[in-house]
Amino acid sequence: MSVSLPHAAAVWRRNASMYRRTWWLNVLPNFFEPVFYLVSIGIGVGAYVTRMEGMSYVAFLAPGLVCVAAMNGASFEVTYNIYVRLTFEKAYDAMLTTPVEPDDVLAGEILWAVTRAGIYGGCFFLVIAVAGLAPMPQALLALPLIPLAGLLFAAIGIAFSLRIPTIDLFSFYFTLFLTPLFLFADVFFPLKERLSPSWLWVAEALPLLHPVRLARAAFRGTADRVLLWDLAYSLGVSAVLLAWARRGIRHRLTS
Amino acid sequence: MLVELRGVSKRFGDRLAVDGLDLDVPGGGCFGLLGPNGAGKTTTLRMVYGVTRPTTGTVRVFGLDVTRETRAVRARIGVTLQENVFIDAISPVDNLRVFGRYHLLREPVLSQRIEELLDFLELRSHARVPVKVLSGGFRRRLAIALSLMNQPELLVLDEPTTGLDPAVRLALWSRVRELQRQGTTVLLTTHYMDEAQRLCDRVAIVAAGRVVGDGAPAALIRAHLAPEAVELDCTPEEERRLCDGTRPRARLRVGRRAILYTDDAAALVADVRGRDLGDRRPLVVRPTNLEDVFLALTGTSLEGA
Repeated sequence: MSVSLPHAAAVWRRNASMYRRTWWLNVLPNFFEPVFYLVSIGIGVGAYVTRMEGMSYVAFLAPGLVCVAAMNGASFEVTYNIYVRLTFEKAYDAMLTTPVEPDDVLAGEILWAVTRAGIYGGCFFLVIAVAGLAPMPQALLALPLIPLAGLLFAAIGIAFSLRIPTIDLFSFYFTLFLTPLFLFADVFFPLKERLSPSWLWVAEALPLLHPVRLARAAFRGTADRVLLWDLAYSLGVSAVLLAWARRGIRHRLTS
Repeated sequence: MLVELRGVSKRFGDRLAVDGLDLDVPGGGCFGLLGPNGAGKTTTLRMVYGVTRPTTGTVRVFGLDVTRETRAVRARIGVTLQENVFIDAISPVDNLRVFGRYHLLREPVLSQRIEELLDFLELRSHARVPVKVLSGGFRRRLAIALSLMNQPELLVLDEPTTGLDPAVRLALWSRVRELQRQGTTVLLTTHYMDEAQRLCDRVAIVAAGRVVGDGAPAALIRAHLAPEAVELDCTPEEERRLCDGTRPRARLRVGRRAILYTDDAAALVADVRGRDLGDRRPLVVRPTNLEDVFLALTGTSLEGA
């Protein structure tokens, strides 16, 4: 079995047609969150932190928060929303009475999560661009990183969602996984400078760190070999988890 | 044969849900899969539309191997699941549109088909309000409309009228008959024997994952019992006194009730009356139905008495 793009697109459109009706309920809170962080930490705390890696603190913060917006956009979709469609609404059982196959469901859902990551990350990017925090034109290179971060967190989230026995476990996912990533994965301070060398591998294991490092490099307009590792990590982890999710969704839907 | 199951078994862990099932559903009619809850009806249907893979055996639909040509088979099947699945926040029309896209329908065919189904299932009065405000009967009609979006050659209905009031059931039955007239083959499951008897021209009775009897309802009744049933309340001792020596074609007992099946109820009643020593015990005479056949074939009634 393989993905049929027209069928995956039909799954994508199902979500889009629902989202169109309620987008302002969903977009506004998640969109404002990084804006508030930017203002509070960037401008508030930033007033006391004069320079960070050679730039104002708020400028240091901006590229990382683009990735956080993408992470949040994808994560809400592939956690609660997918779990509800899978377990309570039985939406996928209905899809599977048509020529839609589990692979199409997975592809459609991932595309949709990436779309939402694009909406959140894109809106936030606009805000910082208008605020003059995205140095042009090099910051535009960070735009493709929004769907990349979206894909990575869609893959992580859906792999988790397909294996958990109860919806209550999502609170662990958010408070014990996404929140520490947000706080420690290079968004607010260079994690490496606070770690002893023997613990550096811990930093490299954090998924959010890699899109953030890529985005910051794009904003600065610098290139480094470590960025290849960041790219490989993001794509590699996504691929492995999606392969796992593919087995998981088939098992859940077609036993 | 439109649907052909050969030696099909399905095992879930330790539990054998379907056990060596053979089934032939001819094209054009209405075929009923009857049995109590847990008999394996839904699992059998899921194997017909290829969502559950048989542990052993083969399932062919339209002559195609379902496990290999799932998409091709499902493009020609409509399935109404036991539980209604909608997007509650949007209208029937929008639900139909979403579902039509799973079949890759595009405008203008998509809207045309929606219009046809709004009429066919009488959904027009509430076509544009959110589904969540609709009544149970309306929701069930919408569920059937969804499964007709692709103009299926085979319509699969999993317990179409469970939990619906009598008027709604009658209305749904008339829609199913109309579809049959238009040439759609219907495969349904039910644990209502009256539903099966009214709608189906062939039935298979399933118990514990096996077909225990199949054929036309009247033929099943003739083959296993007799057209008329006489019921009376009595203890086993009384039954021996009253009924031994009478000549029913078959005799069953459910709890305190004895049921005698015969071709000539009047003669049998007279015979029993001749032995009841004038106590004029109440007798019920009625036509034999599929419920009786089920009882005869499985030894248990559908209510699990």
